[in-house]
Amino acid sequence: MLAHAIFFYFFSILAIFSALMVITSRSTVNSVFFLILDFISVGCLFIMVGAEFLGMILLIVYVGAVAVLFLFVVMMLNVAQQKQSWFVGQKSTHIPSGLIVSVLILLELLVVVGGWKYKENIMSSSNLVIDTSITNTHSIGSVMYTDYILYFQLSGVILLLSMVGAIILTYRKRENVKTQSYLKQISRDKASAVMLKDVEFNKGVKIDD
Amino acid sequence: MEYLNTLINEIYKIIFLVIPILVSVAMIVWLDRRVWGLVQKRRGPNVVGPFGLFQTLADALKYIFKEIIIPASANKTIFILAPIITMTLALVAWAVIPLSETLVLSNINVGILYLFAISSLGVYGIIMGGWASNSKYPFLGAIRSAAQMVSYEVSIGIIIINVLLCVGSLNLNDIVLAQKNLWYVIPLFPMFVVFFISALAETNRPPFDLPEAEAELVAGYQTEYSGMMYAMFWLGEYANILLMCAMGSILFLGGWLPPLDIYPFNVVPAPFWMIFKILFLFFLFAIIKAIVPRYRYDQLMRLGWKVFLPFSLIYVVLTASFLLYFDKLPKGSF
Repeated sequence: MLAHAIFFYFFSILAIFSALMVITSRSTVNSVFFLILDFISVGCLFIMVGAEFLGMILLIVYVGAVAVLFLFVVMMLNVAQQKQSWFVGQKSTHIPSGLIVSVLILLELLVVVGGWKYKENIMSSSNLVIDTSITNTHSIGSVMYTDYILYFQLSGVILLLSMVGAIILTYRKRENVKTQSYLKQISRDKASAVMLKDVEFNKGVKIDD
Repeated sequence: MEYLNTLINEIYKIIFLVIPILVSVAMIVWLDRRVWGLVQKRRGPNVVGPFGLFQTLADALKYIFKEIIIPASANKTIFILAPIITMTLALVAWAVIPLSETLVLSNINVGILYLFAISSLGVYGIIMGGWASNSKYPFLGAIRSAAQMVSYEVSIGIIIINVLLCVGSLNLNDIVLAQKNLWYVIPLFPMFVVFFISALAETNRPPFDLPEAEAELVAGYQTEYSGMMYAMFWLGEYANILLMCAMGSILFLGGWLPPLDIYPFNVVPAPFWMIFKILFLFFLFAIIKAIVPRYRYDQLMRLGWKVFLPFSLIYVVLTASFLLYFDKLPKGSF
């Protein structure tokens, strides 16, 4: 158990440290790198408690896809300019709205966590019976696609909606963009592409009219 | 004391996994250049050692003795971390590759997810290198590769789902054993082709080597790198290619299984079949590098999102309906 404890404390300290670094580091890109480190250490913690499927999915979805795009966006931003307005210039006007949101989230968390105390017949996770004969990928699947299929599909629909929304918000039809139409290229034939012309002396041929 | 013994035992196993991989990466670079040369009617590297086999070692020695130059405006930490991450990720993924039923460092339940996760992390080495160089060409190369690798990961993920539908397990050994009667390359042949092309894009190989397109971007994300750091990028890239070949042979070509379970084939030890299949796939990679011209960027994106993604999604539906209709869904451990 000693090795297990060492690894647990290693990963949890790493997770907390990198979470702190995300909000304190000056450079936004460094923040994103610490966020990635945080995801990885939390994924390792998941694997340590035996939830290997969740850990791997966390790595694939968050580190492999979400954080890449995040990093991508942060790198493209003109960070140097923003830094001046945030840290050097006048007092930020974002503080009140940020405070309101964070207080609201804190209250919500208090209500949710505090609510557990007054709920009757609440079950502690330590006396749940775990079927060790099947892997936890199987057990997640057998719950998710049967009892919770509605929630599963609803969350999928919400994701789809947000995707469609993001595309609609950013999509604009641009003109004068060169595109390649494969169908047009393939469907050209000799009759429409090649023409035989008698060229008059000293006149030349006029094309593109 | 017991811990110490386990630790030493594991380190011993890891070293004897990593060293052969590094040596085979060196050999594979030679093979790649050799095939490339022969297709173009050149000789390729043939001077250092027998058949030029030691060419890569000579190159590596040269890189080691070269000076490592860090650009003054670079972000030093990330600049140095980038090649290390590329190399490390390319090597750690080999921990789950089974060379035979027992010859595997760690036979984990979610092996294929682990492989997929590690290969999707590979993009970080490139992004970090490109960004930290603080220069135009590396940054453009990094942006290109980020978009490219994320796009093609999606179709690789869906192809993996296709295979998993037929297997019913995420364990790599189970995936291999499920192909005992029929390699998946036969029923899922279109998926094998899509996987192969996506693997080319995922490892930034020609015709999808846009992140390092010489004609446009000098050397892409590795422009500012020199000496051993460049060599690490380069070795990591080839280790990744080998990994993709291994993944392809496990998913579609029956891993370490012999093609037919009859006399002359089944006396050959399992690891040889695995190595043979990896080499076969790598040979295809090398041939394609020599014979196919580079894609344009919009063509690459079109192929990924408009062709491969819908096609593999439709194939998932087809596979699932086929398995359901003929009642062939894997019962496995239910």
